[in-house]
Amino acid sequence: MTYRLRLFITGRTPHSIRALENLQEICETELSGRYEVEIIDVLENPAIANVDKILATPTLVRKLPEPVRKIIGDLSDREKVLLGLDIYNSDFERTSN
Amino acid sequence: MSEQTAWEIARLETGIPGFDQVSNGGLPKNRTSVVAGTAGSGKTVLALQFLMSGVRNYDEGGVFVTFEESPEDLIYNVKSFGWDLDGLLRRKKIAVVDATPDPGEINVEAGSFDLTALLARIENGVREVNAKRVILDAIGALFPQFTDSSTVRRELHRIAAGLRKLGVTTLITMERLDEEGGVGRFGVEEFVADNVIILRNRLDQEKRRRTIEILKFRGCMHQKGEYTFTVDASEGISILPLSAIELKQSSSDKRVSSGVEELDRMCSGGMYRDSIILVSGATGTGKTLTVTHYVKAAIEAGERALLFGSEESREQLTRNARSWGVDFEGAEKAGLLRIVCRYPEIMGLEDHLLQMRRDIGDFKPSRIAVDSMSAFELAGSRRSFREFVIGLTSHIKHLEITGLITNTTPMLMGGESITETHISTITDTIILLRYVELHGEMRRGLAILKMRGTQHEKDIREYVIDGTGMHIREPFRGIHGILTGTPTYMFSRERDNLSDMFSAGPRPTI
Repeated sequence: MTYRLRLFITGRTPHSIRALENLQEICETELSGRYEVEIIDVLENPAIANVDKILATPTLVRKLPEPVRKIIGDLSDREKVLLGLDIYNSDFERTSN
Repeated sequence: MSEQTAWEIARLETGIPGFDQVSNGGLPKNRTSVVAGTAGSGKTVLALQFLMSGVRNYDEGGVFVTFEESPEDLIYNVKSFGWDLDGLLRRKKIAVVDATPDPGEINVEAGSFDLTALLARIENGVREVNAKRVILDAIGALFPQFTDSSTVRRELHRIAAGLRKLGVTTLITMERLDEEGGVGRFGVEEFVADNVIILRNRLDQEKRRRTIEILKFRGCMHQKGEYTFTVDASEGISILPLSAIELKQSSSDKRVSSGVEELDRMCSGGMYRDSIILVSGATGTGKTLTVTHYVKAAIEAGERALLFGSEESREQLTRNARSWGVDFEGAEKAGLLRIVCRYPEIMGLEDHLLQMRRDIGDFKPSRIAVDSMSAFELAGSRRSFREFVIGLTSHIKHLEITGLITNTTPMLMGGESITETHISTITDTIILLRYVELHGEMRRGLAILKMRGTQHEKDIREYVIDGTGMHIREPFRGIHGILTGTPTYMFSRERDNLSDMFSAGPRPTI
């Protein structure tokens, strides 16, 4: 199962940079080889933010697998990100084994 | 009105009827103002009207940010006002930023964030349509979307600052839970409290009464207190700035005929052209007849008359006039007369006032008659009735035309009514029609109570009504207290009178 993700940021703000770094780390450790990430700078591409109805930045949108989910913030709360992406369950099973 | 001083903040005319008067010129330009009100108080309509008016009257684009209602719903809902949001969106006059939460969407917060994306989207909309006006509708709905309301408050503050940099004038709507007390929920007033407008929708003696109050405009002068407004299908919100009406109408020396020759003589030559005449009397004293004479005089002088009927239908009024030999139908065909009949109960007094002002604006009469004004008393609370009367009469005076209004007194003999007490000070002429009981017979008496700026006869004159109308005769002599309703007789031949009275021969009593 491939995760298609879209990360909305605003330029090079500290929030944006932290979100990029956190997402990279999570994807590499948790979703290695089964993710696609699209980075959208809202300041350059507000139209896409309109379509996805983004209010807050950074926002990570899980496009696939459905349903669509939004994870708001700089992704520094790793547990919440995993919960939001719904990859916590498999992760949980692995650690409990 | 205050003079615009150099340091005073520039204004943006809204184009909302009445708003620019009560705000002394419009919203503070390039600033953010908050409109707060309870559910159904008209916040969204006011905000949208601000945008629509910008496009229509000033060719200013607008951005509309919605937090609660979906754009589709809003577009549909305001169609009843004849506002074609859809078309304006296509023609790039208005841009929409949809900030409503998706139902069923799961949001997780994982770290700190800001609302720069929202600001960026608004900025994008402003650029797209070259907007000068922005509205944020129902920001209260933004708070539940995030766990920390202090972040939202801080971010809204930043958005307000960002909008100011863009050179747009912003109107934010916000829900209140109560008509009184704090401005809004979520402590929003703490950060955008520079300019606050409050809309209220109170139940006042079983009638809805909508009011608008400018609570504060920082650094700007504005009218204080509440002003009533109406929401109707053709214009949306219209504010009726009662106390903002200025007493600066010029006055004219030109006189017009009342239609009754003898009455003109009693007034030293007729009514002043720009005066309000109140005809007050009990039922059956001939008020409608006086109105008919007055309308006839206008028609004969080739002037236009507008007659508002509130008790009788157009057909009844026409038939009555015909019985006195006045052809209303012919005058209507000739374009000299328009009869508008509306029962007072069909709508609120604010709406009546608005409609009547529109009728006057359409027909441009030089004479107006309202028969009867007192019928409107029951259509609203005392206060709204007073505002209605003052609103109408001051409008008539402002246009420098003649207004004749009738008032039905509750008692057959004498007495006064609410209409009299409310408007006697703003009327220029008061004519009383009274029943006079004389030797067991009902006669009628007419008196001019006051007439501003001219001499008038002080006698109480008898008048009779026949098939040709009203005829004023000699003054009553030897009677006191006609106006109070308890006349006493002072005959010189008291002895004769007494003997006459008992000429039939009273039975002797022991």
